[in-house]
This record gives sequence, structure tokens and C-alpha cells, in this order.
Amino acid sequence: MLVQYKTIKPEEVSAWKMVLNETDFPENGGLCVSVDGLQIAIFKFSRRDEWYATQNLCPHKKQMILSRGLIGAHGEEPKVACPFHKKTFSLKTGKNLNGDECEIATYPVKIKDGKVYVGYA
Amino acid sequence: MKKVLVIGNGMVSYKFCEKLRSRADGNQFEVKVFGEETIPAYDRVHLSEYFSDQSDEKLLMAPRAWYEDNDIELVTGKLVTQIDRENKMIKTHTGEKESYDYLILATGSRAMVPPIEGVNKKGVFVYRTIEDLTQIIDFSRKVKRGAVLGGGLLGLEAAKALMDLKLETQVVEFAPRLMPRQLDEQGSAMLKSKIEALGIEILLNKNTKEIIGNGKLNGLEFTDGTRLDTDMLVISCGIVSRDELAGKAGLETGPRGGFKVNEHMQTNDPDIYAIGEAASFNGMVYGLVAPGYDMAEVVVKRLTGDKEHLFKGADMSTKLKLIGVDVGSFGDALGETPGCVPISFEDKNAGIYKRVNISADRKKLLGGILIGDADDYGMLLQFTKNGMALPPNPEDLILGKRGSAVAGGGMDDLPDSTQICSCEDVSKGEIIQAIKEQEKPDLQQVRKCTGAGTGCGACSPMVGDIYAATLQSMGKVVRKTLCAHFDYTRQELYSLIKVKNVRTFDDLLDEYGTGDGCETCKPAVASLLASIWNDKILKQDTIQDTNDRFLANIQKGGSYSVVPRVPGGEITPDKLIAIGAVAKRYGLYTKITGGQRIDLFGARLNDLPRIWRELIDAGFESGHAYGKALRTVKSCVGSTWCRFGLHDSVSFAIEIENRYKGLRSPHKLKGAVSGCRRECAEAQSKDFGLIATEIGYNLYVCGNGGTNPQHAKLLAGDIDEKTAIKYLDRFLMFYIRTAEPLNRTSVWLNKLEGGIEYLKDVVVNDCLGIGEELEKDMQALIAAYHCEWKEAINDEKMMSRFRHFANVDDYDPTQQFVPMREMKKPADWE
Ligand code: SRM
Ligand SMILES: Cc1cc2nc3c(=O)[nH]c(=O)nc-3n(C[C@H](O)[C@H](O)[C@H](O)COP(=O)(O)OP(=O)(O)OC[C@H]3O[C@@H](n4cnc5c(N)ncnc54)[C@H](O)[C@@H]3O)c2cc1C
Ligand code: SF4
Ligand code: FES
Repeated sequence: MLVQYKTIKPEEVSAWKMVLNETDFPENGGLCVSVDGLQIAIFKFSRRDEWYATQNLCPHKKQMILSRGLIGAHGEEPKVACPFHKKTFSLKTGKNLNGDECEIATYPVKIKDGKVYVGYA
Repeated sequence: MKKVLVIGNGMVSYKFCEKLRSRADGNQFEVKVFGEETIPAYDRVHLSEYFSDQSDEKLLMAPRAWYEDNDIELVTGKLVTQIDRENKMIKTHTGEKESYDYLILATGSRAMVPPIEGVNKKGVFVYRTIEDLTQIIDFSRKVKRGAVLGGGLLGLEAAKALMDLKLETQVVEFAPRLMPRQLDEQGSAMLKSKIEALGIEILLNKNTKEIIGNGKLNGLEFTDGTRLDTDMLVISCGIVSRDELAGKAGLETGPRGGFKVNEHMQTNDPDIYAIGEAASFNGMVYGLVAPGYDMAEVVVKRLTGDKEHLFKGADMSTKLKLIGVDVGSFGDALGETPGCVPISFEDKNAGIYKRVNISADRKKLLGGILIGDADDYGMLLQFTKNGMALPPNPEDLILGKRGSAVAGGGMDDLPDSTQICSCEDVSKGEIIQAIKEQEKPDLQQVRKCTGAGTGCGACSPMVGDIYAATLQSMGKVVRKTLCAHFDYTRQELYSLIKVKNVRTFDDLLDEYGTGDGCETCKPAVASLLASIWNDKILKQDTIQDTNDRFLANIQKGGSYSVVPRVPGGEITPDKLIAIGAVAKRYGLYTKITGGQRIDLFGARLNDLPRIWRELIDAGFESGHAYGKALRTVKSCVGSTWCRFGLHDSVSFAIEIENRYKGLRSPHKLKGAVSGCRRECAEAQSKDFGLIATEIGYNLYVCGNGGTNPQHAKLLAGDIDEKTAIKYLDRFLMFYIRTAEPLNRTSVWLNKLEGGIEYLKDVVVNDCLGIGEELEKDMQALIAAYHCEWKEAINDEKMMSRFRHFANVDDYDPTQQFVPMREMKKPADWE
């Protein structure tokens, strides 16, 4: 399951997929969307006026859950905490912030005319 | 953009500018200041220091460049002589005009000069400005003797200054004692002898008839026929507000002068404000700098949009900074409150006099006087201001606890919200925060960055105490602040949220935190908000831990469990059937829990709303198994069926569970009621437990199964049900207020100084006098109860969040269950 998720850098985007309306999102929270069989967690970080997308799968116990995690910041680094065992991951780089091995894939998000788009490679 | 014009550039004017600029820049407000004096605002409180170094610069509140840097136009040496309200213009003595949208009158006051014959003679001075001081210094060079008219706070300060100028000095006071408004007879006698020991002569009961001399004074003549020979006189008989601008402009003034203002600091013209010593609030002109700063804050907040912040009057407590003599007077210093009990202590040898006035019920400190040793001034003032509970022997406050070094209470007892420095409005919490923030803590640095102790200096000893205590605490234990985003403990945040009426996480973070929050502070604050306001949890769903966010406990594989409330464990056959039917329909695993109810496991997120709708239709409510909240109140069957039962423990358990259901707390709460001492409900292993006795119930608290089991302790014996509920209200509320996050009651009690004895004192004896308040708070929470699930399923917007995917309706396809016995379980994780 894990191998399906690969970080896509903004410069690698070849197409954008519209997934939801901006207003579907809770403030400072995430939602999970299905994109071509992948589960992507998208986060609206209202406090910072930023958007992030990551894989929904928590690599720790392989749980499809990250979109339901609490988001926040570690210093300046935006992060999400897995609801199960509170492993935390950078929303920017996907790096695990507890010093563990595992990390998650991140995806480009953009907002246009109130619609939320995820970037494809 | 609006234009703010400030008239007068004294201490309060400066503070106003500083505060305004911290909230609004030049794009929002153009600011222009006119000051009559030739130099920018200086620190009048420390005016006497001018005698030692004669430097204007040292006294300046801020150098001229500060005003430029902050986009404030400062015009000094200009007296404003007229206000034209109709055209919203002012005019200066040299004829310039200037328009305004808002006008701030910060014209301060002048020294009051009584109408005594001869006050215009050469050698007669007042003590208010740097200019006055330069004149006094010049004149003093030519003479040998100087007198001060007025034995109040300022007069004594002036006398000390004359003495330092090497003059033979006398103080002349009309009243029979010094500082008559602040000190009692014994206190002023002690002060008098101390000042006399410095070499200043004090004349009391002297009514001055005339200032005599030919052109230049050479003495005072009193109505009793006596006279005093002297070469110069400094008049210090009080102040009068500078409200000269009022008359022509049609602005109302107070009974004793000063621009009359309301609690927004507005004069009768809503665009014209008056602050500082120029303002008359409720007929009062405050001759101290701290109230002036408060007033400045009120206006700044109002101009920048916060119209709720009002001026509520101020405290006139004072501490005299006469070198060598400590004098403090605070609250009801003279003991004028009916029924109050004064306790005093005098040591003539050491020159110490202390007096505290205790309320008739001996619970509160009303005020007091300190002469010779005012180290405890700050602490005692806080006792008075905050209405804090007194130690068991109030005399400890002034005598110190015999046999131990600390005086009653001590800094540790003060809440962190306590204002320590009233001049700069710095709280204990802020000082501590500043200390913590420094890599190598340094007291000077702490003063500088917080401003604490830089005003009148009265709080300096307290700042020092806090500094010492904090460092000590840093060496031993880490402060239990919430996380990197809040430098406050849970208890401090509890007070802040409550006192400042904070309703959302973001507001709290904006006001009292830093950064963007995290998985530690969000749920902790969510829990506090719930404990204080009992608002809907889902209103701020993204700060909740996942269980609270979906009102269910998350399980392996991302499914949820559902636990309806079954108060006291009593359930009808119909309800049992309803649970069974729901479980069957949605394929849930069911189990009788350790808490006398039924758990339904394995619910998919998308099914939760449907499951709950059916349960609610069958008469169930949320069981809060997902929250740090009241879980269950277990019961044993009790007197209704059991041959040993003494009382109806089931009914009482149901009543209690229904009373506290939904109550949010630092950790989960469990209770139990047993019908006799055989204790089938295991009440002694609960956060609160009741065991029936022949005549009532024994109430046990702070027990716990779980990781570190602990037996509950007896809080009260043989009490009736009503009393039990009262004590429970108090106990639970006190726990909610004061515990650290995720501390069960047992852990909390173990840390509570004084342990169960102290807890008894608070709950049963009401030693803090907060019993009623706790009951009231609890009542408010109970009244605000709502079944979270009932509300949630009726809110479509909320319900739309109960989906695994936001863009398609599917269940999570990765979720897997495997059969087990006749039911199911989630697939094991790797
Ligand atoms: C279902 C149940 C076990 C059972 O099958 O009987 C249970 C299940 C869980 N317990 Fe428990 N506890 C259950 C009764 C108990 C009891 C017995 C009791 O209440 O009389 C205890 C010991 C008594 C006590 O709490 O003092 C108990 C001590 C704990 C603890 C340890 C608490 C402690 O202070 O050390 C935890 C961990 C925690 O809360 O942090 C815990 C946590 C949990 C959690 C919530 C763990 C979690 O976060 O997933 C379990 C999830 C249940 C779920 O998904 O619904 N459970 N748990 C019981 C539900 C009771 C209910 O009706 O609400
Ligand atoms: C010696 C001394 C010691 C003190 N010690 C203490 C103490 O220990 N603790 C304490 O709390 N307080 C103390 N005070 C009182 C404290 O200094 C005052 O409360 C404070 O300065 C009031 O500030 P203000 O801005 O209202 O008035 P001020 O500081 O008097 O400023 C008003 C300014 O407005 C100017 N002005 C007036 N009218 C006009 C006009 N029409 N046009 C232009 N400019 C005008 C004045 O010239 C003056 O510069 C002390 C005062 C003195 C004199
Ligand atoms: S302990 Fe008391 S109440 Fe409980 S069942 Fe036995 S007798 Fe009844
Ligand atoms: S499954 Fe995410 S932290 Fe364990």
C-alpha cells in the first residue's frame, strides 16, 4: 500500500484535479479525498492561510487516518498528528517529526475560484 | 484615517501614545501631541532623582527620536489655549490652529496653592516640574533653611529633597498627624519619629496664617500665634487638575475640578477624552500614575475597536519611596469598614509598625499600614485586591509564621494573573514568562523587558521574590506550562478563559499564546472551553482529539465504538432490545463493559449518524465514552432488592449520573454508589464514591483503578443526599479548576498541598470562601447540558463531516474485519 504514495513536487505537476469546494473544509482541519484510487488528505490551515495535501495513510500502523488528525506547528513547521499514536509529520516535507524513520508523501494543492485542486505528476 | 490630537505631554500622554502605536500604525491614526513643557514627557514619579544627577535625559519617558520613529508629531513648548468643538479645532497660545477627529486631554494637574497671604513672595515654590526643581536648587544655594507646607506623601518627599540640599528642614502639617489620609495615629507617630531621626523637624497641628517677609519670605506665622523662621518654602498641599480649557469649550468639570468623564473616559463631547490627572471620574481625581495608565488603555482600546474595556476606578494604595523609611498604606488602611478587626504589631526599638484590618468573618484582608518594613506590601496588597483567603492565623501576615521563615501566604500563593506592577500593568505570569524566556536569566533584564518595577518601584521586592522563586523552580522542576504555544499552566488558562470570556481556541492563541497550536494544546484548550462554557464540542471540531471530533472512540482500523449512556447501569428490556437491534443492523461487536453498560464496536464513520439516530429514537443519550468527561456512576442494586441494602443506591447513582452527565474535566471521571459497606459498586476505587451508612452516606473521593490504583479517601461521613450533592459540586468544580491536564483526581490530590485535609477544608469548611461560587459554576454547567449526539444528528452540516471521503460516498475500502466467535473484530495491524 505504502509504495503507491509518492511525493509530487510543484514543478512536477502535469495536471490539476479539482476535488472539492474551498467551503467544504472545516477551519484548520483536514478532509480525505479519493483521487484515482489514492486516499489524499487535504488540510486547510486557515490560521496561516495555507493549504497542504499528504497521503491519508499513517505509515506507523498503516492506518487510513491522517485527514482526521490535529494540525498545528512545531516552531514554524506545519504538522499533522496521527490520531492513533500521535506520530507527527511535516505538512511541508512529509518528514516524521518524532525522529522516526517513516515519512509521508506530500502533494501540491492550489485554490482557484473557490475550488480546491490537487496536483498530478 | 483619523487624526488624534493629544494635549499635554506628560506621563499619561506618553503612555497613551505608546499604547496606541502598539495597536495601530500611522495608516490608521495620525497622531499629533502638544506639550507645554519644553522637553518631551518625563518621569515625574522619579522627579526627586533630578536632585542627584540633574539630568533631563535620564528622566525622559522616551527620547524625542522615539516619537519620530513611531510616526508621532510632537510639538513641545506650546500651550493649547482654546478648543473649538464646532469645527473640531484647537488653538495654541501663539495662534496656530490644528484640526482633530479625536481629542485627548492629558493636561495633568498643577500644585494646589492655598490662599494664604504672602504666597507670591520670593522663595516660595511648588514641586511639580523639572523647572520647579531647577529653581529650588538655584535658590537653595543661597540659603540655609527650608520648610515644606504639607505632610502628605509628596510633602515628605520634598522635605527629603531639601534635606539632601543641605538645608535645615521642617515639615508643617495642618492635621494632627502625618499622611492623615493613609496612616493611623500610631503609624504616623512611628513615621514621625523615623523622619525626625533623619534630621527633619515636624510641626503638626499648624494652621498657617501668613507667609511673612518683605518681598522675600523669612518665615511662617501660624494661627496659634507661634512662628517658624525659614528662608524658603515648598508648597505641597495637593493637586488641582488643569481643566482651564473646559470653560470656554463647554466641557463639564467634576466637583473638585478636572474634566468630567464617563467610564469610556469621554467628556460630554464623545470625541473628546480626558485621561490622567486631568480627568475627574465619579468625582475623583486620581493623583497617581497607574490609574492614568489604565485610563490611557481604555481610550486606546476604544479607538481601536474594543469598546467593552471600561475604566472602573482605581486603588489608592501607596508605598512611599522615602529613602530609609518604608511606608505602605493599602486598601482600607484606617479600618473604616464596619465590624473589621485590626491586628497590629509595633517594635519601637526597630522602628517597625504594622497593622492589618481583617473582615468581620476573618476571611479577607481589608487593608493595612506598614511602617519601617514594607517588604510584604506587594503581597498584602494582592491579598486585599484579589480577596484571597487568609491563612488560618491572620497575624502570621505581619508576624511571619513563627518557626518558619516565610510570612503567611508568600508569592507562591498568588495566582499568576495577579497584577504585580500596577504602574506598568505587569502580572506575575508575565514576569515569570520573561524569566523563562531568557537564556541566562537576569533580574535587570526581566525588569527591562516587562517594565515591572520601572514605575514607582513599589513592587520591586515582589519582582525580586518572583525572580528568586522562579529560578529555584527552574532548577528543581519544570513549570507545567501547556506546550510551546502557551506559557501558562492549565489552571492559569482556566482563569484567563473565564475572566476574559474567551470562547475559541484561536482567540486564546491570539491573546495569550504564540504560533499555530499543536496536538497538545488544542485538545487541552478544547477541554477547558468545554469545562467552562459547555458549548457544543463540534462547534470547534478541529481542535478536538479524534474521539471528541467524531463523538466516538476510534479503534484499530479506523472504525469507532458507540457507548450509549445507561445511568447507574439500570436498563429496561426494551432498551436492551433496541441496542441489540442496532448492533445487528450495522454488524457491530457488542460487549458489556466494566462500567455497567454496553459498548458497540466496529462502526464505520459513515454509519455513525445513522446508528445514533436509531439509538436516540430509542431514548438513549451520548455516554461520553469518547471524552474526558463523566463516564459512569456505577451502582449496586441496593435496598430495593438486596437484603443488606441500607439506602436506594441505584436511584441515587442515577440521579448523580444524570446530574453530571456531559461534564467535561481534566481527565475522565467515574463514580459509584454502594448500598452498604460490602461495597459491590466499588465506590472506593472511583473519583467519587458514596457508601450508604445507617444515617446517610460516606463520601469518598480521589480513588482510581487504572494504571496506579489508589483507594479513595473519606471526604465527609454520614451526610444526607443533599449535602452529598453540594460537596460533590464543590469537589468536582474545584478539581476542574485547578488540575493539570490529564491528571485523574487521585494524581491531583497527591499533588495538592495539604492533601485530603486541605481538600476537606475547601469543600466542607469552605475555608476559601468559594463554596457558593463553585456550586454556582456547576449549576451553570448542568444547565448548559445537551446530548452532543442529539444536537449533532440534527445538524446537517456537521453530519456531512461523518464521511470517510469528502468527495465520494464510499466507506474506507481498506478497512477490514475478520470473524470472531459469532461476531467480528478488526483485522490485526502489522
Ligand atoms: C470498554 C471498557 C472495557 C470493557 O470492555 O469493559 C474500557 C475500554 C477502554 N478504556 Fe478503560 N474501559 C472500561 C472500563 C475501565 C475501568 C473499569 C471501571 O470504570 O470501573 C477502568 C479502571 C477504573 C478507573 O478508570 O479508575 C479503566 C481504566 C482505563 C484507563 C486507565 C485510567 C487511569 O487513570 O489509569 C484508560 C486509559 C486512559 O483513560 O487514559 C482506559 C482507556 C480505555 C479506552 C478508552 C482506551 C482508548 O482510548 O481506546 C478503551 C476504549 C473503549 C472503547 O473503545 O469504547 N481505561 N477502564 C470499559 C468501558 C467502561 C464504560 O462503560 O465506559
Ligand atoms: C514629586 C512627585 C512625585 C510623585 N510620586 C508618585 C508616586 O510615587 N507614585 C505615583 O503613582 N504617582 C506619583 N506622582 C504623581 C504622578 O507623577 C502623576 O500622577 C502623573 O505624572 C500624572 O500624569 P499626567 O500625564 O496626567 O499629568 P502630567 O504628568 O502633569 O502631564 C501633563 C502635561 O500636560 C501639560 N499641559 C497642561 N495643560 C496643557 C495645555 N493646555 N497645552 C499643552 N500642554 C499642557 C503640562 O505642562 C504637563 O507637562 C508624583 C508626582 C510628583 C510631582
Ligand atoms: S453490598 Fe450492599 S448493597 Fe451491594 S449488593 Fe451487597 S448488600 Fe447490596
Ligand atoms: S497509526 Fe498513526 S501513529 Fe500509529
